[in-house]
Amino acid sequence: MDWLTTVDHKKIGILYFAAGGFFFIVGGIEALLIRLQLMFPMGANGESWFLDGQTYNEIMTMHGTTMIFLAAMPLIFGLMNAVVPLQIGARDVAFPFLNSLGFWTFFFGGVLLNISWFTGTVPDIGWTAYAPLSGEEFSGTGSDYYAIGLQIAGIGTLVGGINFLVTIINMRAPGMTFMRMPLFTWTSFITSGIILFAFPALAVGLIYISFDRLFDANFFVTATGGNAVLWEHIFWIFGHPEVYILILPAFGAISEVLPTFARKRLFGYSSMVFATALIGFLSFMVWAHHMFTVGMGDIANALFGVATMLIAIPTGIKVFNWLFTIWGGNIQFTTAMLYATSFIPTFVMGGVTGVMLAIPPADFQFHDSYFVVAHFHYVIVGGIVLSLLAAVYYWWPKMFGRMLNETLGKWSFWLFFIGFHLTFFIQHFLGLWGMPRRVFTYLPNQGWDTANFVSTIGAFFMAAGVIVILINVIISIKGPKAPADPWDGRTLEWSIPSPSPEYNFKQLPLVRGLDAFWLEKMDGKKEMTPAEPLGPIHMPSPSILPFFMSLGLFIAGFGFMYRGYEFESMFINNLFGNNIIAISGLAITFVCMFLRSVYDDHGYHIEVEELQKEG
Amino acid sequence: MVFSLLLTGCSLVGQGSNPIDPKASVAEEQYGLILLSIGIMILVVIVVFVLYFYAIVRYRRKPGDDSIPKQVEGSHKLEIIWTVIPMILLLILAVPSVALTFSQDEDYSEDPEVIQIKATGHQFWWEFEYSDLGIYTAQDLVLPVNQRVQFQLTSSDVIHSFWIPAMGGKMDTNPGMTNKMYLDTPAEPGVLKGKCAEFCGESHALMDFKVVILSEEDYNAWVTSMQTPATTVDADVSSGEELFKQNCMSCHAVEAGFPGLGPNLTGFADREVVAGYLEMTDDNIFEWIKNPEQFKGETVEMPAIPLDDNQYHDIVKYLKTLKLE
Repeated sequence: MDWLTTVDHKKIGILYFAAGGFFFIVGGIEALLIRLQLMFPMGANGESWFLDGQTYNEIMTMHGTTMIFLAAMPLIFGLMNAVVPLQIGARDVAFPFLNSLGFWTFFFGGVLLNISWFTGTVPDIGWTAYAPLSGEEFSGTGSDYYAIGLQIAGIGTLVGGINFLVTIINMRAPGMTFMRMPLFTWTSFITSGIILFAFPALAVGLIYISFDRLFDANFFVTATGGNAVLWEHIFWIFGHPEVYILILPAFGAISEVLPTFARKRLFGYSSMVFATALIGFLSFMVWAHHMFTVGMGDIANALFGVATMLIAIPTGIKVFNWLFTIWGGNIQFTTAMLYATSFIPTFVMGGVTGVMLAIPPADFQFHDSYFVVAHFHYVIVGGIVLSLLAAVYYWWPKMFGRMLNETLGKWSFWLFFIGFHLTFFIQHFLGLWGMPRRVFTYLPNQGWDTANFVSTIGAFFMAAGVIVILINVIISIKGPKAPADPWDGRTLEWSIPSPSPEYNFKQLPLVRGLDAFWLEKMDGKKEMTPAEPLGPIHMPSPSILPFFMSLGLFIAGFGFMYRGYEFESMFINNLFGNNIIAISGLAITFVCMFLRSVYDDHGYHIEVEELQKEG
Repeated sequence: MVFSLLLTGCSLVGQGSNPIDPKASVAEEQYGLILLSIGIMILVVIVVFVLYFYAIVRYRRKPGDDSIPKQVEGSHKLEIIWTVIPMILLLILAVPSVALTFSQDEDYSEDPEVIQIKATGHQFWWEFEYSDLGIYTAQDLVLPVNQRVQFQLTSSDVIHSFWIPAMGGKMDTNPGMTNKMYLDTPAEPGVLKGKCAEFCGESHALMDFKVVILSEEDYNAWVTSMQTPATTVDADVSSGEELFKQNCMSCHAVEAGFPGLGPNLTGFADREVVAGYLEMTDDNIFEWIKNPEQFKGETVEMPAIPLDDNQYHDIVKYLKTLKLE
């Protein structure tokens, strides 16, 4: 019950981790099914050896959607929740209630999307949901699950992004100027800014799709004057920044792990901050490079191509800064550091193919081939997942108060890392050899059979790596207790106990520079100098309202989806057809909002005596 | 290593479905840019890898070494170097990219020397209209050697993408719009593979087509025979013809001058494949017309006509006579 009502950012972080981890496993199983299907070409009479086209398309769609929206996003948010307030010396985020609401809307959105597996109408339109394939004429209720599920989950992301913007601007400890913020906080800040501008575009686009489907609007229906390409623009105006929303905090995590284990401050801190901001800005200028083959013409293609190439410059700055951070360091290869260092060459390989894809005439060949699949898996798995795993191994002790096993950690690393390259490196060549993406099968003797087989073997190595991580997590429940500062850390979160108390800092710390805790340690001190006398700490009250608000949206989502559906039972038909379900769902949400507005909850205080008792 | 893999790729993959084994000028120009970019990117990767491996080997922590290295803030000189050099590399890449982006976007729609083809994507087959000749084909795109072809690309339902890897890159076919793209044909006769490259639904993977490149004379002969009306059929396939007329003719034309709701079947028996990808055997034709859903799923528009097996066999027999002179 505690977990349903919590507004504590650390617990919400753990909830995000649990839910995101669960969906990561679901998406991973879908990935394995995809690779299994593609392990062998079609038979002589066109028969598929494992899955039929429809099932494959459903799995392929749900793999992409789940991994991006339900695994990567919440894991990033989990990390931001667990780390950012501690890194800036805050007692919580700016809006704890909103934080909880953000989690629950994401969670119910994700559940709604996956319920489609049980109702039998799974989204089968690709994670990009291009119109008119996603329209009423060409796809079934699955597309409603996609549009409405993501709509609800997207609210959570937007709310979370705003929350972190306000938190980072307003809640920094005394002395923590912007240019003293740890890089993970910086990247979280810029990511939140991108979310603020990118997610509304997705929300609007999904509303258009839903209106087309549910209320016969004509945004994307060509026959009645709509424009199918419009959806592509809306989707990618969101979709391209989305990639940076995910990768920037990953960059941030790498920029924390490398200095800690190389025992050297981050090389070129200010240029790293500048590069992050520049990438965030450019992320909104390049969406149409996903659309070179749409027929935008030479001028648009050339402009978007060159703009895309420009992103290589700030990204290159980052890569070299990381290299020179470990250069001359005293590197300790913990599991976290293994993941973090392996990120550098892997990400560079994903980055250079990104530049290749930015060349419009070359992209005419690459586009929608396995070359693209290889590219974005190098960026998303080789970039985001490797750095998320580095971050998980690094911050786990702080989050859970237990150490993860290092031997198992190294096993998991090598299995996952080798499996990853085995799976995806060869896919570059499949693309160059002309294999299109999103195909459920392929004819034999096109030179693709061996490469696909190898790729599938790699996927099983990755799965084995993930299983070892799971075992490690389970074992850690009984694992050794974590000290406050297990890695000789540099930033504020390591100056407080593991796991941190609910109020984080008994007294807000005084920050004297970048790597605040490291500075104190170098001066021979064991802890931060407090910036305030010990006093009672104000805490927000837990609340169940966010849970019910999101539940209301979830129910309303169902109501809208099935309002035009023919049920066998007249009773159910009436409930849905007359919008009773939809309206009651919204009513639950609005009643909760009303309660929240009229009932003034001032929270409570933890008194000084209590704080002293805890030591 | 990458180059050697690329080369093995070329030898592994036959049949001209390969962007890095270009058969005609547009694809060759694109391949040139691909090679240039791969070259530059390998250079970048090598620099990073050398620095990286040196750093992780040289600066490993030795057992018992608890020293704290010098805390370096940064270096303006280095920062400038790794900002300026990538800019120069990008410039080297950007100039030919932009040039080719413009030159390959030429429009030859009004050029009488250029073959005009309107290609329309359907779930899940391709229709080709030879605008100047007034003939329609489906699944097999027949072209002469050494010719420039201007395509007008569109779709009748969802977005598809028209791709002949060995001849050049792809272009989407959007419903309600027409995209233009030109390609050149190879110098040698042969059969190339074409594909749908944009996810278009259940049987997207099966939406292949063939590009048949003929010598100048063969092509002209093909055009003439396409324009000649179908000859009368033998008596032993007349029942098949009758069944075809009753059940199939409303969608499938057997004369090249007519479009149809389904693929035009003129010269059907000359084609290499059934339904775009199945081997051309009597069994496959039989199974396909008996139950198209079994192959291309529920969303396929071709209905299964309720006939008995003998009647299907009669239709197969009739279809096998649809040869060009």
